[in-house]
Amino acid sequence: MSEAKEKPEELWVKCQSCGVPVFRKTFIENMLVCDKCDHHHKMPARMRAEILFDEGTFEEWDENITSVNPLEFADDYEEKLEKDKVKTGLKDAILTGHGKIEGYPVSMGIMEFGFRGGSMGSVVGEKVIRLLEKASEKGMPAVIITASGGARMQEGMYSLMQLAKTNAGVLRMEEARLPYITVLTDPTTAGVAASYASVADIILAEPKAIIGFSGRRVIEQTIRQKLPADFQTSEFYLEHGFIDAVVHRHKLRKTLARLLAMFNGK
Amino acid sequence: MILEIERPLLELESKIEELRKLSTDGRVDLSVEIKALEQKVEDLKKDIYSNLSAWDKVQIARHNGRPTTGDYVEAMFSDFFELRGDRRARNDLAILAGIGVIGGRTVAVIGHQKGKNTKDNLKHNFGMGSPEGFRKAGRVMDMAARFGFPIICFIDTPGAYPGKEAEEKGQYEAIAGNILKMMSLRTPIICMVIGEGGSGGAFAIGVGDHIIMLENSIYSVISPEGCATILWRDATRASEAAKALRITSDSLLKIGLVDEVIPEPEGGAHRHPEEVFSRVKESLIRNLGELCSIPGEEMPKRRYEKYRKMGVFKEENG
Repeated sequence: MSEAKEKPEELWVKCQSCGVPVFRKTFIENMLVCDKCDHHHKMPARMRAEILFDEGTFEEWDENITSVNPLEFADDYEEKLEKDKVKTGLKDAILTGHGKIEGYPVSMGIMEFGFRGGSMGSVVGEKVIRLLEKASEKGMPAVIITASGGARMQEGMYSLMQLAKTNAGVLRMEEARLPYITVLTDPTTAGVAASYASVADIILAEPKAIIGFSGRRVIEQTIRQKLPADFQTSEFYLEHGFIDAVVHRHKLRKTLARLLAMFNGK
Repeated sequence: MILEIERPLLELESKIEELRKLSTDGRVDLSVEIKALEQKVEDLKKDIYSNLSAWDKVQIARHNGRPTTGDYVEAMFSDFFELRGDRRARNDLAILAGIGVIGGRTVAVIGHQKGKNTKDNLKHNFGMGSPEGFRKAGRVMDMAARFGFPIICFIDTPGAYPGKEAEEKGQYEAIAGNILKMMSLRTPIICMVIGEGGSGGAFAIGVGDHIIMLENSIYSVISPEGCATILWRDATRASEAAKALRITSDSLLKIGLVDEVIPEPEGGAHRHPEEVFSRVKESLIRNLGELCSIPGEEMPKRRYEKYRKMGVFKEENG
């Protein structure tokens, strides 16, 4: 949760789901999961890298790729980019690199929802394909943790083209016969759901993440009826056959390690 | 359906028609007046059609008299056999698929199918594909690649269907799966945007080796209305959004995301469909000739290079 970083002077944080105040230190130790209602709050990409990788093994890739404003989109797009750079400590909506999980080498992309809602424009597309190209060249498995509202509107059709570009990277992994695993976190929707998030060998999801193509409100307007509360959640897509497992954040590192071990033991 | 921009033109044209009728009655000679009005029509046409805004083009692209996928198939193919159903659940009529013959060559055809009127549109769900439609497209693509048939995709959709069942059946997965498949197919793929290219629902059959747009078609990552709603919470500012998103064929050709634009007759495809069919057919036959001379196994590599380059960013030192 971004609050945890923005107001470090406050001792308590309020759970965004149940509203119960949680002691900040406990909240962070708990990986931003509410100890009362188990709500998984959105997690900054760098914090996730710290939690997932063996200590000191993570090395970042392509950290200096940054967005331009190719369509000269007005609406203070550039200002917003600068603001989010300061807020997240990243230059765009994904952190990529490689490291080890319980000793197993793995390349990884971690999306940052705090940066323009995790939206995918040219930078995210380029970093994803470079990640998958490097992984396939080095013979390393790849994991991508998604958190995105979809394609980045301000880059127009360049953004739509990233759906093909990132999937081209996935194809590289398939050709190299290397495991590609995705972890869908809240939210994973539209353009990112409709590209590299959902064409992995193994698809995991965090509990109660919102997943889907069209937005809930758009669907409700179209069909003129209210949708059930659990519509488009991880559990919903697990039931419908689109996800292999819903994994609690506390067990994610162990789960990835187990899978990496099994693929390694072929 | 009458477009605002063409209303004055249609009024003049009907006036000319009236005068002609009077003339043929033989009583009066109105040829001078007719000629003057015809000149006025020509001038007005130039004035209107050389200054079309992005929003005007959105209206032309969505015109219900604009030729649909089915019209192109009927006009250009010497034979066509429709292939129905996804072999899983349903036949989605928002997507038309089949094999056909054009220029003496067998090809697979896949396209969004819009209706001409409300009843027709309800049947075809306004050309908004569901997972079953995209999966039907996918199985036809696989078959085409197996037999070495090139694939022609006609793009004309407001977007993927935002419905409850579509989400339950994995709309996002159906789209992602087709994009991945199209990157890997060992056969040429030509994509032709004939009307509306609406985001993911368009792109689900939109990855290819040669991307063509009709002059007045549009292709966008989000509808102008959707973009205006998100940016300004005001869908009525869609015309501004249409301009900002650069969704017209000339803009997309300029930035290299589209390979070819086919000029439309004055007024748009709905005014002179026969002329459009012949231009589209010429382009398809020419492009098929070029792409079919490349060995199939080269196609995925070329496509990789094509899409690998797409995007604009800056790389700062250290």
